[in-house]
Amino acid sequence: MYVAVKGGERAIDNAHAWLAEERRGDASVAELSVAQIREQLALAVNRVMAEGSLYDPDLAALAIKQARGDLIEAVFLIRAYRTTLPRFGTSHPVDTGAMACDRRISATFKDLPGGQVLGPTFDYTHRLLDFALAAEGEAPHTPEREADDAAMPRVMDFLNREGLIEEARPSDDVPPDVTREPLAMPADRALRLQVLSRADEGFILGLAYSTQRGYARNHPFVGELRIGTVAVEMDVPELGFAVEIGEIALTECETVNQFTGSKTEPAQFTRGYGLVFGQTERKAISMALVDRALRWEELGEDDVGAPAQDAEFVLYHADNIQATGFLEHIKLPHYVDFQSELELVRKLRREASADADGHQEAAE
Amino acid sequence: MLRERGHFMTETAYNFAYLDEETKRMIRRAILKGLAIPGYQVPFASREMPMPYGWGTGGVQVSAAVMTPEDRFKVIDQGADDTTNAVSIRKFFERTAGVATTTRTEEASLIQTRHRIPEAALAEGQILVYQVPIPEPLRFLEPRESETRKMHALEEYGLMHVKLYEDISRHGHIATAYAYPVRVEGRYVMDPSPIPKFDNPKLSDCPAIQLFGAGREQRIYALPPYTRAASLDFEDYPFEASKAEHPCALCGADDTYLDEVITDDAGGRMFVCSDTDYCETRQKERAA
Repeated sequence: MYVAVKGGERAIDNAHAWLAEERRGDASVAELSVAQIREQLALAVNRVMAEGSLYDPDLAALAIKQARGDLIEAVFLIRAYRTTLPRFGTSHPVDTGAMACDRRISATFKDLPGGQVLGPTFDYTHRLLDFALAAEGEAPHTPEREADDAAMPRVMDFLNREGLIEEARPSDDVPPDVTREPLAMPADRALRLQVLSRADEGFILGLAYSTQRGYARNHPFVGELRIGTVAVEMDVPELGFAVEIGEIALTECETVNQFTGSKTEPAQFTRGYGLVFGQTERKAISMALVDRALRWEELGEDDVGAPAQDAEFVLYHADNIQATGFLEHIKLPHYVDFQSELELVRKLRREASADADGHQEAAE
Repeated sequence: MLRERGHFMTETAYNFAYLDEETKRMIRRAILKGLAIPGYQVPFASREMPMPYGWGTGGVQVSAAVMTPEDRFKVIDQGADDTTNAVSIRKFFERTAGVATTTRTEEASLIQTRHRIPEAALAEGQILVYQVPIPEPLRFLEPRESETRKMHALEEYGLMHVKLYEDISRHGHIATAYAYPVRVEGRYVMDPSPIPKFDNPKLSDCPAIQLFGAGREQRIYALPPYTRAASLDFEDYPFEASKAEHPCALCGADDTYLDEVITDDAGGRMFVCSDTDYCETRQKERAA
């Protein structure tokens, strides 16, 4: 019997072989290619890049394939791979004001310079299953027109000109890097935003939703949501100037939040900010709401004890790789600790029943 | 397309023991600081490893940082070398570092463990690396890291003593059976990782270096050789290292920590050593 707990090595090898077979599924059905996942499951790819903190659609697609579509597992594969990559340097901050937008909307103004651009959104689709997609079909035909070169100035800058919104003060401070330094409390806003940007979408969504339902309500309007590509520039020491090394797709959300003023600040609008890799607008909007809720102290607001105001609670529990690892580790063997608990419980019960017997005798 | 971009890496493409040298240096600095301040939790920039948090990522990073090609490496989980996760971690270092491995406690220069301290006495020159889930002994009394760091700085351990006292007044005993806190050299209260309290006496005055790695929580701490680690107790309720009151059914040892193994569905059970190497060695000696 005792022998049965041995043989871990063979059990692991066999489990891996079975996993590989299950991943492939029915071999008579054509295998998915990485390119198919990258092109046709692009929003899953975006989520894996955002939460994996690595911008590489091919690798994210490969991770999704390897993870059998389990996106947190795919994020994990990307994070572990990221650990092995050398760091060549740091890019300049990207200029999202110069973004080539696929989508740009404002909920606070009916029209604005650059216009409202819906882009490829689910927003006004009727959620009816499209059975035509179940059959193989031709690529859809999409009407096209010449791209408009009109600049898309930020909505926030209009409000800023009137002094109606708090100024986002520029800073040359080098932000901390949560992937290279241990997370330390108190965390400044740059650090908080980094953690939120790679945080689990579901967790951030839930927290943001809780602020809307009154747990640290902060009255948000989507001042602007923009999705598109920006150039990434980096200084090359040999050249002495910055060169464009590529472009990345981003979603940026700036919220305008009502603020009636406090002891330290006059009445004005305040900001919440979200910036995430890829087309990930649910996450970017959620991030902006949670960012704003976490700023209560700096704005002189009351701590109402809401989860979304509590930086330690939010930041230490937002990472799905940490969370899923610790949660799932309870399925590993714990029989040594369980044995020590068994001994303790048996001992306490023995003593309790001896006490009860003692009382019984005394009563008789 | 992926292949062209050189994304496919072979195992030989990874650095010795997986982590790059810069990362190892960063971890070594944290270890040295930990050894200089026994029992103090040193924050370190834990990396994402190819096994999940909770599977020993802290221990793996500490092992990777101290490992040399000449090391002989042993891994145990629950005291056993052949539990699945011990097998997996041993394989990881066989692949990424090519080090020799062993199951013999005496032969190992570096031992990574989860939940146990080996029964055989450790010697000078050996390093024991613990996998730690929650490094903060005060965590379940105070969930905030900012608060618990202050409590350690001020040696404010009253809350812990109150908790132990309440246990005694409620149950007649301190109701902590594993991860039983110790006070290191009269200064820091330390979580010894979830070892059964039976193992606590072995922490103290140990000739080997003891290193504790918590990956997810980003903390490293240490006990240098011959450091005093006293299990918390009261004069009238002294600490007691407890175990199942049986001898081992396989080797007859009556002074080892035992696993309870269920042998049938009628309540049959046997008690056997949790330290498989110790038990097998004794069985061989008895047979000879």
